[in-house]
Amino acid sequence: MKALYKMTVVEAKMFLREPMAVFFTLAFPVMALLLFGNLFGGYPVPGTDLRGIDLYVPAYTGMIIGTVGLIGLPTTLAAYRDKDVLRRLRATPLTSTTILGAHVLVNLAATTVGIALLLVVGKLAFDLKMPEAPFSVAAALAFASLSFFAVGFAMAGLLPTVRVTSAVGQIVFFPMLFLSGAALPLQTLPNSLRRISDFLPLTYVVELAQGLWIGEGWNWFAVAVLLGVLALSILVSAKTFRWE
Amino acid sequence: MRKEYGGTIAVDDVSFEVGRGEIFGIVGPNGAGKTTAVECLTGMRKPDGGRIEVLGLDPNRNGDELRRRIGVQLQQAALPDRLKVWEALDLYSSFYDSPTDWRELMDRWGLSEKRGAAFENLSGGQKQRLFVALALLNEPEIVFLDELTSGLDPQARRASWNLVREIRDAGRTVVLVTHFMDEAEMLCDRVAVIDEGRVIALDTPRKLIGNLEVESSLSFTAANGFDPASLRNLPGVMEASREGDLVVVSGSGSLLAPVAVELDRQGIQPDDLTMSRATLEDVFIFLTGRNVRD
Repeated sequence: MKALYKMTVVEAKMFLREPMAVFFTLAFPVMALLLFGNLFGGYPVPGTDLRGIDLYVPAYTGMIIGTVGLIGLPTTLAAYRDKDVLRRLRATPLTSTTILGAHVLVNLAATTVGIALLLVVGKLAFDLKMPEAPFSVAAALAFASLSFFAVGFAMAGLLPTVRVTSAVGQIVFFPMLFLSGAALPLQTLPNSLRRISDFLPLTYVVELAQGLWIGEGWNWFAVAVLLGVLALSILVSAKTFRWE
Repeated sequence: MRKEYGGTIAVDDVSFEVGRGEIFGIVGPNGAGKTTAVECLTGMRKPDGGRIEVLGLDPNRNGDELRRRIGVQLQQAALPDRLKVWEALDLYSSFYDSPTDWRELMDRWGLSEKRGAAFENLSGGQKQRLFVALALLNEPEIVFLDELTSGLDPQARRASWNLVREIRDAGRTVVLVTHFMDEAEMLCDRVAVIDEGRVIALDTPRKLIGNLEVESSLSFTAANGFDPASLRNLPGVMEASREGDLVVVSGSGSLLAPVAVELDRQGIQPDDLTMSRATLEDVFIFLTGRNVRD
């Protein structure tokens, strides 16, 4: 437990000393919120008493979860492996579970802080409507995060080097960001593109978060999809994890 | 032990025993299989065959238990770029049940001035010292040092040698892996010379050198007319030859006294007299017909 605690603290420091990670996890989503919130956030959502901003914030949680899971975590882990950081750890009694556990905790914390910033800025700048079921929202976001972190572990295991891992992460993440509703409302996309959305896991993070946020309850189909992603990724990670 | 990587044999047939409290050298050229042997001994890699017992444990089955009791400095290893020296020591301390005080180790290994420096900004020697300090946090019974002095300048190498002796004097067993033959000769109580995955010699450096036919040589310059043939029948002399002014005498044991007596008898005044003893390097050349760095 002492090792897991120290490892988590150290990894948190490493995260904070990595300007790119801090920017994309903490600053970029807030910037996007300020920009799009000012442009379109005030418009009412047809057929509801909501405004655009009330859907943007839960959607942007998907942006954070996606960037952490698909870029931050796999790149860090692959870099540790390629640079022989993991190799050094292997010569200690530390288990791989502790190492991976520390990475999960740190990324969960980073995601939580990123989402908290969205809430604070959303409330202060746009008088955001707070979630109807805050505990359900928190549980759903934690679950979605774990699912995406598992994808990150699987990527780090499957892909050969940190360069490839980082490239694939960006190639997967950025199109997914715009086609999943995590950056732009899906209604703004043409039908042909929206069909692609149905195949993107991030779409279900956004749907799950938005549904709970505005009080529509759990989207069980989204839960099932993310559960499938989680299970498959854990399986792949366990099979492909390597120390060097 | 034996270990293959997809058809390439890294360790073919390596057997040895290390006694408690000794500095045991595993020496040989790069690619001889030294690092693979260490990886098998520390449970980081599973050998394909053979039997290994370290501190009464099977490294492969009780790796975690073993790694609580040993320290390892790897030739190939890193820490996160932005991790500071003190943070690394503090973190690695948390992996052990009753670690020694890392501040003391930081002092002893000359890292206190760099305590707040990031790993990426350390020099090669500083990184090396940090890795040795990390390997000593758990007061290990055995310390594995893999190419401790590679990439260090001569002064830093000598300093490291003293620190290795200190580790041994503190009662720990040291397994020193190196391709520097002089280092092994200086430090090791016994060495296993490994080449192409096999142990080709195993003994104290002194005995290995003593087994060579030619273990010492002596050279000097003498005025024209001196015939080196007169030295060939002296005790211990195997070969005496002359090239220009330079006379080279080689053989076993101490050649100095008999040669000096004979020269004096002939009234010859030798100039630029130098003596050299065979080294572990010569042992390797004798056994393989190759230079270590070829």
